[in-house]
Amino acid sequence: MASVAIGSGEQYNYDVVRKFTIMALIWGAVGMLVGVFIASELAWPFLNFDIPYITFGRLRPVHTGAVIFGFGGSALFATSYYVVQRTCQARLLSDGMASFTFWGWQAIIVLAALGDVMGYTQGREYAEMEWPIDLLIAVVWVAYAIVYIGTVMKRKEPHIYVANWFYLAFILATALLHIFNNLAIPVSLTQSYPLFAGAQDAMTQWWYGHNAVGFFLTAAFLGMMYYFVPKQAGRPIYSYRLSIVHFWGLAFMYMWAGAHHLHWTAIPDWTSTLAATFSIMLLMPSWGGMINGIMTMSGAWDKLRTDPILRFMIVALSFYGMSTFEGPMMSLKDVNALSHYTDWTIGHVHSGALGWVAMISFGALYHLLPKLWDTKMYSIKLINAHFWLATIGTLLYITAMWISGIMQGLMWRAYDDFGNLQYSFAESVAAMHPYYAMRALGGLVFLAGMVLMLYNCFMTIRQAKSVAAGGLAASAA
Amino acid sequence: MFDHGKIEKNIGLMLVLTMFTISIGGLVEIVPLFFIKGTVEDVKTPEGIKMVRPYSPLEQRGRDIYIREGCYLCHSQMIRPFRDEALRYGHYSLAAESQYDHPFQWGSKRTGPDLARAGKKYSNEWQVQHLIAPRSMVPESVMPNYPWLLTTPLDTSDVADRMAALRMTGVPYSANKAEYDNNVKEFGADVAKQLHIPDARKNLTEQAQSGNYDGDASNVTEMDALVAYLQVLGTMVDFSKLDNDSFVKFR
Repeated sequence: MASVAIGSGEQYNYDVVRKFTIMALIWGAVGMLVGVFIASELAWPFLNFDIPYITFGRLRPVHTGAVIFGFGGSALFATSYYVVQRTCQARLLSDGMASFTFWGWQAIIVLAALGDVMGYTQGREYAEMEWPIDLLIAVVWVAYAIVYIGTVMKRKEPHIYVANWFYLAFILATALLHIFNNLAIPVSLTQSYPLFAGAQDAMTQWWYGHNAVGFFLTAAFLGMMYYFVPKQAGRPIYSYRLSIVHFWGLAFMYMWAGAHHLHWTAIPDWTSTLAATFSIMLLMPSWGGMINGIMTMSGAWDKLRTDPILRFMIVALSFYGMSTFEGPMMSLKDVNALSHYTDWTIGHVHSGALGWVAMISFGALYHLLPKLWDTKMYSIKLINAHFWLATIGTLLYITAMWISGIMQGLMWRAYDDFGNLQYSFAESVAAMHPYYAMRALGGLVFLAGMVLMLYNCFMTIRQAKSVAAGGLAASAA
Repeated sequence: MFDHGKIEKNIGLMLVLTMFTISIGGLVEIVPLFFIKGTVEDVKTPEGIKMVRPYSPLEQRGRDIYIREGCYLCHSQMIRPFRDEALRYGHYSLAAESQYDHPFQWGSKRTGPDLARAGKKYSNEWQVQHLIAPRSMVPESVMPNYPWLLTTPLDTSDVADRMAALRMTGVPYSANKAEYDNNVKEFGADVAKQLHIPDARKNLTEQAQSGNYDGDASNVTEMDALVAYLQVLGTMVDFSKLDNDSFVKFR
């Protein structure tokens, strides 16, 4: 019955947006649950239970895959399909292809997770998927690009809105990175060897790894920000000129920065120096985006008192600003000498991933859900509770990792009075235990917020369906 | 004054300019590494034999298991040129030492110690016991137990296919007499024998039995392969035969 009320007769294709929205919520909960579990394995290693499929080494890619590509990816598909239709005033180019991207993408996430637990892996961080899955990703991505670009071409508005620039850059960059980082010679369906080796392979992998952060987890979410923050605040974007400058700055500079993941390693020094230089310059376009988002709130600051969705967005932008300051700082060779190989890096990733990516997604999805199902959120109070759980969870997590990371770095390079190493490596591992426990707790708090969101959204959709059914019944009578 | 509106109204122009903008960084930083000779050092003995060799079939299968279990997520294989790392792990890593590593396993995190020079530091018996039950050797360890490695027979059925695939990427495994002869010149006869693809399974079994990595010579287990791989890490370059200053020009 409900499908009659909200079916294919709509001006826009919301059906695929709804599907991706639901899967973003589910993958978010699943991915974060796995995250809490593997964090606990590091604190209490008996949790590996001598079962190959759930050891830390096999579950860690399940965690990163489910949160980055499952949660983040589905949230990006949902919001980008929504934003491109609204800002271009055009229905998606093809419902069939859009639907194919949905089922294809979900299949990729499931297959990737299965491959990870089975041990079928390329051994490349964030690109563990073996070549058949990589091919499927390429096909789905081409379909996505066609649907997206085709919809922009159908636009009724002469200008392409700024959110779409970022989504387009994300689509192009992801294709470029994915193809070159996954060049491999297959042995069988579940085994292949990458084309490059050693230093060249390392450069390719971190060009990919860093720009997966730069374009998948930053540019695309900035696209999300550029639509949903002005909508939720009821204010126009602060500066059009700033959006132009920081868009091109970001697109150009990010691609140079990957080698800062390889400071002091066996790559030529000039690549490392170039990467550090561009990483520091990258602060400017990054903060351009943050300032443009935060200043959009001018004249609407009072709404923060009453609107937890807007609060999610403003805290997300604050964490974005903080992470993009911390990142350039860690890319300095002297800081990196201490921070590299430690938990500080993990903390930095999560201040971006939990604080920025997840929180801006929560804000956008809470804005989106009532619009997609033509109703109101089931409970604003629960959104508020989620906001506090997410904020406290993130802070606990990153604080624990700052302490453990800096402590590791200092313990590894500490000398005694005779110039010998003061600590064995095992002593540094033992010293991490309380912070690993604290990190697991922070993750658990964040996950609790995610579960609240899942419940709140489920109840919202249920109430919308019963209202729609009730309305039809009433009109029939 | 430049009018950005032109780009905003033209999707084709926007796509082309964006693609151009995002391509430059990689072109400048990565592509030259394939052409600049000094990127990977040429490390030879005074007699002109290459010190860094491709992995033997058994070692390569061990490396596959290392990757399968996700060891790289907690162990790096890249020693940086710092005094504390020299004391703890040994000479800083050379690019040459991972020139046959498809994929590289430098890692990004040291939840456990660096393994770039783990080879020959501990006995086979220590490695086996540590892999089965890490906390029985290092009480502070948070590493998972890997007891199944000792009980799972190594799948050797496709080892030749694996080496053939690696050969396609440029690893000098030999498929014919000419390539074999060339390997004898470059690596010496003993190594060249191990790199010959047609003899892969025979070589693998021989090395597992003579090396006796898992303490049981009667069968070839995944433990044999993994320990053989761990024991070769960082041992190929004999720094005592080299002038240390010879590497400075590469960094």
